[in-house]
Amino acid sequence: MTTSKKKTIKWGFFIFFIPVFLWLSLLIILPQLELLRLSFMSTGKPGFTFKNYLAFFREPIYWLTFVRTAMYSILVTFIVMAIALPVSFYITKIARVKASGFLMVLLLVPFWVSELIRVYGWMILLRESGVINQVLVNLGLFKQPVEMLYNDATMIMGLVYTSMLFMVIPIIGVMESLDDSLIEAAYDLGAKKITIWRTIIIPYCMSGIISGAIIVFMLVLGSYLTPNLMGGKNSLWFTEQIYNQIIIYFNWNQGAAFGFLLLILSSLIIWVFLKISGQDLKKVIK
Amino acid sequence: MKKAAFLLGILVLCAGMTFANGTKDAPAENKVLRLMTWSGYAPQELIDKFTAETGIKVEVTLSNNEEMISKLRATRGGGFDLVQPSQDRISSVVEQYGIYQPIDYSKVDEKQIDPSLLAAVKKNTLVKGKSYAVPHVYGTEGLVVNTAKAPGIKDFKDLLDPQYSGRVSYRLKRPTLIGMGFSKGYKPFDLYADPAKYQAFLDDMEKILIAAKPVVKTYWDNGDQLLQLIRSEEVWAASAWEQAGWKLHAENPNIDYIAPSSGALAWIDTFAIPAQSENVSGAYKWINFMLRPENAAFFTNRETYGTASKDAVKFLDPEIAANFTRGLPPAVLAKINWYPTVPVGLEEMEGKTLDKIKAAR
Repeated sequence: MTTSKKKTIKWGFFIFFIPVFLWLSLLIILPQLELLRLSFMSTGKPGFTFKNYLAFFREPIYWLTFVRTAMYSILVTFIVMAIALPVSFYITKIARVKASGFLMVLLLVPFWVSELIRVYGWMILLRESGVINQVLVNLGLFKQPVEMLYNDATMIMGLVYTSMLFMVIPIIGVMESLDDSLIEAAYDLGAKKITIWRTIIIPYCMSGIISGAIIVFMLVLGSYLTPNLMGGKNSLWFTEQIYNQIIIYFNWNQGAAFGFLLLILSSLIIWVFLKISGQDLKKVIK
Repeated sequence: MKKAAFLLGILVLCAGMTFANGTKDAPAENKVLRLMTWSGYAPQELIDKFTAETGIKVEVTLSNNEEMISKLRATRGGGFDLVQPSQDRISSVVEQYGIYQPIDYSKVDEKQIDPSLLAAVKKNTLVKGKSYAVPHVYGTEGLVVNTAKAPGIKDFKDLLDPQYSGRVSYRLKRPTLIGMGFSKGYKPFDLYADPAKYQAFLDDMEKILIAAKPVVKTYWDNGDQLLQLIRSEEVWAASAWEQAGWKLHAENPNIDYIAPSSGALAWIDTFAIPAQSENVSGAYKWINFMLRPENAAFFTNRETYGTASKDAVKFLDPEIAANFTRGLPPAVLAKINWYPTVPVGLEEMEGKTLDKIKAAR
């Protein structure tokens, strides 16, 4: 009796497991394996080669682009962190309950629109004949319109804007459980604001900050639209290199190698980041 | 237990395969034509007319040269029944990936096609004695200039002039390298056969374009962006296709298309049939239908692209015909540099150069 019951449970498990297994293996793992195989091949010639991976280190243009992309991604992550902390503190601790729900909706609403549309929105605002320039010229603050698009500062602003939410939400999740009395007690004992942030709030929210930072970092590192459209002539993002290799120059082997390098190097950066901040990946995922 | 799961997995796979085979042996009389083409190449009115005439429905997917090749490469020439790549992007793709099938010219109504374009396309898509394409549309890449603001721009190299700093734009794509090359006195197409010389040419272009980076406002990469830049007068001169120039000319008479003095670059978009096309007869029907003079003229009147249909000129609107006489008179056409077939490996070299230019500070 007991054995047959056991069996039915297992069959049920397999019925649910097989679609997931097929989904994962056919649509995710197999294509990845094919890309991995491609990354060790050379165009035209048969056989196994490391050429595509070596090209990354030999050509300064490739690794410099990666370093630039990674540095900017780290910078964006820190800027987002600096903005997200006070924002989430205000929403969870200072605003009244009703207002905080409304503020969350305000944060979420822009994300109902696709990234492309949001970036085009910024472009309409910032371009030389755009809204901001016209207002400033009409007010007499500028003598003539200034080009605000197509530079690194604009690009970083765009990236910060598009990834804000992914830092705010995990931090709010953690901060809500922070006991207000801890902060009150610190005030009673004469602690300054900076000390409270440094010794109570930030350490308490660390797991939220780290998981937010990982999401933001990966999103920014893998973004394609924002750097391309807002950065204009000076922005070569690493993802664009992959796109160019595969779509424009048909060099799938090189593109696949770049894809795996991006995966390996970004995982490495996150590992180092976790080590430095003394956090455990398991704890952060929780 | 594990074995059972494994067997079940195999069963599901087999079922999937038999199903896939079942769809492949579709009835001979196929009622759908899956066309991958450029935006505007298959106007809805003509699709409706075609469906009324033949009973074949047309499903259109919009794309561009690079995507066409990448998509067909991923499916090994399946998924579409007819595509429209540029003529210079066919023979090397056929040699490398075999994603197209040869054209049976006895099924094409050759009488309605301009003989010089047909000959050029046949020659450029020749692989092992067989040709792979039928010409459909041609166009040129030259300059769109706001003559009231930048009267001095006559050639590609004038886009590098610091006098117009922040007022010019071009694409960071291979046509820019080649156009600049012609205007700087190179003959890039003659260097195709010699990779070392072509690399030297590319290195020179890299230096020139990096030095000129402060002059360019941004590298445009889609048609709407370009129109916006010139229409708003943020940009006074750009490398562009004649259609963009003529469209803007209708809005602002100061703006017009100019063929560069070193010669405009010209392309021909073709019809090519993917290797695993499931409706070859429908594809030929569509080719002959689109090249019929009145249909081709309908297309040219709408999109202002030149057509390979020989007698379409009789059906053109007067203002469209005027564009051609103003922008592409016979003297200009005679100087055109037609793109020859791109040899294997060349685009990789160009890609590196373009990346270096984009990344340079």
